[in-house]
Amino acid sequence: MLNFPAWKVWGITLLSAICVLLAVPSMIPPSAYPNLPPFAQRIRNAIHVNLGLDLAGGSHLLLEADTSDLGRQRLEAMEDVIRGEMRRERIQIAEVSTSGGQFSFLVSDPTRLETASQKANEQSSATIGQRDWDVSVSGNRITMRPTAAGLDRATDQAMEVARDVIDRRINALGTLEPTIIRQGSNRIMVQVPGLQDPEALKRLIGRTARLEFKLVDANVGAEQLQSGRAPIGSQILPYAEGGPNARIAVKRRAIITGDMIADASQGFDQQDGRPIVQIRFDGNGSRRFARVTQENVNKPFAIILDNIVISAPNIEEPILGGTAQIRGSFTVETANQLAISLRSGRLPVELHVVEERTVGPDLGADSIYWGVIASIAATLAVIFFMLITYGRFGVYTTVGLILNGLMILGIMALFNATLTLPGIAGFVLTIGAAVDANVLINERIREEQRRGRRLHDALETGYKEAQTAIFDANITNVIAAVLMYVFGSGPVRGFAVVLMIGIITSVFTAVNVTRMLVALWVRRARPKELHI
Amino acid sequence: MRLLKLVPDNTNIDFMKWRNIALILSIVVTVASIALVFTRGLNWGVDFVGGQSVRVTFAQAPNLDQLRSRVSGLGLGEASLQEFGAPNVIAIRMPLPEGGETAATRAATQVRSAITALHPEARFDAVETVSGKVSEELLRSGALAIALAMLGIAIYIWLRFEWQFGVGALVTLFHDVWMTLGFFSLTQLEFNLNVVAAILTIVGYSLNDTVVIYDRIREDLRKYRKMEIVPLINTSLNETLSRTMVTSVSILLALLALLLIGPDVIFGLTIAIFIGIFVGTYSSIYISSPILVWLRVNTGSFLPKDPVSRSGRGPRNESFDGARV
Repeated sequence: MLNFPAWKVWGITLLSAICVLLAVPSMIPPSAYPNLPPFAQRIRNAIHVNLGLDLAGGSHLLLEADTSDLGRQRLEAMEDVIRGEMRRERIQIAEVSTSGGQFSFLVSDPTRLETASQKANEQSSATIGQRDWDVSVSGNRITMRPTAAGLDRATDQAMEVARDVIDRRINALGTLEPTIIRQGSNRIMVQVPGLQDPEALKRLIGRTARLEFKLVDANVGAEQLQSGRAPIGSQILPYAEGGPNARIAVKRRAIITGDMIADASQGFDQQDGRPIVQIRFDGNGSRRFARVTQENVNKPFAIILDNIVISAPNIEEPILGGTAQIRGSFTVETANQLAISLRSGRLPVELHVVEERTVGPDLGADSIYWGVIASIAATLAVIFFMLITYGRFGVYTTVGLILNGLMILGIMALFNATLTLPGIAGFVLTIGAAVDANVLINERIREEQRRGRRLHDALETGYKEAQTAIFDANITNVIAAVLMYVFGSGPVRGFAVVLMIGIITSVFTAVNVTRMLVALWVRRARPKELHI
Repeated sequence: MRLLKLVPDNTNIDFMKWRNIALILSIVVTVASIALVFTRGLNWGVDFVGGQSVRVTFAQAPNLDQLRSRVSGLGLGEASLQEFGAPNVIAIRMPLPEGGETAATRAATQVRSAITALHPEARFDAVETVSGKVSEELLRSGALAIALAMLGIAIYIWLRFEWQFGVGALVTLFHDVWMTLGFFSLTQLEFNLNVVAAILTIVGYSLNDTVVIYDRIREDLRKYRKMEIVPLINTSLNETLSRTMVTSVSILLALLALLLIGPDVIFGLTIAIFIGIFVGTYSSIYISSPILVWLRVNTGSFLPKDPVSRSGRGPRNESFDGARV
């Protein structure tokens, strides 16, 4: 127990020194960063403790995809595909329905039923063995029902795309360092440090940004608009500019869709100077827009965003340049947000914010300040208590305690772990609890001395006998901390991380470092009696 | 220099003499805690019931009635306002609004703009909005984590010691967790995710003392084969008493620093652990140990014929090195 060969002394010293060095970059105050030489900045960037949102300030948003919206979209897409296929095969279909979560249609000519169901089947499986749709035929009606596996796959793809879209949108805001992670099957977690006002962010990422240009159906009368029943091939949509309850009828077929946009930017109207959004179409979009505007001069068309008509201008003349302007009641900010949303592409699925946590930077800074003061006060209180209780052994415990604190910081920095406010509490708790292993050992040594053992013997037995208790007592903490990490989220996870690292380092410092210090002292001073 | 000894040498307190009285006391307080939690309830935070909480700093103390009627007038439910540390810092709680998953976040926007309209200089320190679905999930996973931690630790103790010790650990944990819940029901301090983390910590740390005492009881059972169980447990308790006191005092000292000068945001977490350590120290002496008597642990419990206890013989297991934990 007290026999420490030179290699062991060097090993423990070296390991401790490395951990302490790792902690140094995290202790440099942020205000000093710009004055550091480049190599020091690189080191600091590689090895440092991340601050959680509750300390750094910022916004945490949990977004959930509306899978029923996705299901609806898939049914509509399938309707388009099947209609196209049937047209190509010259098969007449009727009574097309997308209600009840399934798509079905009647084949008018029974002799073509075979071909029609074969076509439907071709559209039903993405990969062999796994069908996206179940196709059934009863009478002349073909029914396609989405399978769970198909919906799962579609959700997964949509979430991947949504993640990228959100990434592009937030990056367009500038120099933020967002964390965007998929969670579970239909959620995305967004964390943006240093953001004071999450409202703009929520508007930006909450918008689907499905842009469509459609012709206005001028044949629909006022009564039909009021009743909401549109003739076949048209639909009735709310009209943002026309006051509350204003509606407008448009043709179902879109001239232009959002994926034909090459670029979008915020600009100003040349006539009245109001903010507008300028868009430029890609080759395909330009050609289509040119053709439709040529054919429909002096007729209105509708610019539709997320199923709301935001403006319905007249086509004064054919627009051949491949650009268009969206006017509406924009401010510079909202026009810019829309431009960003359009540039970054539409979200494949509607996302709702189901959890929001925002901490202002002032409160975060306050938490760090008082957290650090409390940690120092706690450390001093425990050190004082150890010194008056164990004397010389209290000094060794103190060395272990300080080393323990630095090691926690160093290991967290090495893995770029995140320090949260509960994490600071975990740190303080660990300071208090870290002495436990030393207390166990010291009390055991006192006890062995009382039993009449001599100095050497008491030390040997003390260290040896205390070890099982140290091991078992710390395992229970590890079990609790691991479960906290697995089931916890955000700040609580930060707490669990500090507890786990703290348990490991405190056992290391107590069992190895302080034991080594005691051993070296005994070897050097050859004490006759132990004052403990 | 004279060193401080919290527990004088050769202390011999007859803990077990009071075990029945302590048992009655513990049962009464635990039952009272459970009753309190079920009748008076807990002051659930938005984490577990949904809704939103906003913390705002105003330039000077605002007119609370005006603020309350303004926020309540939004039609999102009754707002509850509370001073938070200083008269110009106000915590506002709103219940979960009706109208689906998105209603809660829309409400956050409305509350923000209503307050800004009234006090343009208001600074929003923290905004938390949780939808009904997420809060249900958080509650379920929190409860599951606590239950699994208790069970996991009890099973570990059972494997390392004997089944009686596992049962003792489980009952101790049950006692400690309910006491903490009872405290939160009594004080109506907000019960949020941090408090669940605190309870998990208590589950780990309150058992710390218990494990150290169990370890000593096991050692003494092997050492004093002829001794009766009650005096044997008394001996073990007295032998470990000094360590129990020193460790508990040093943890409580550290937590006291955090309670007095630490950030008020984590007051709930800190006070919960503080109470838990306190209760845990008591229960390791008066719950975990008497249970061994009632479950008839005796000197035969650790005879070498049992493979589990043989592997658990730490002191004689030379290859073990605590550093590898």
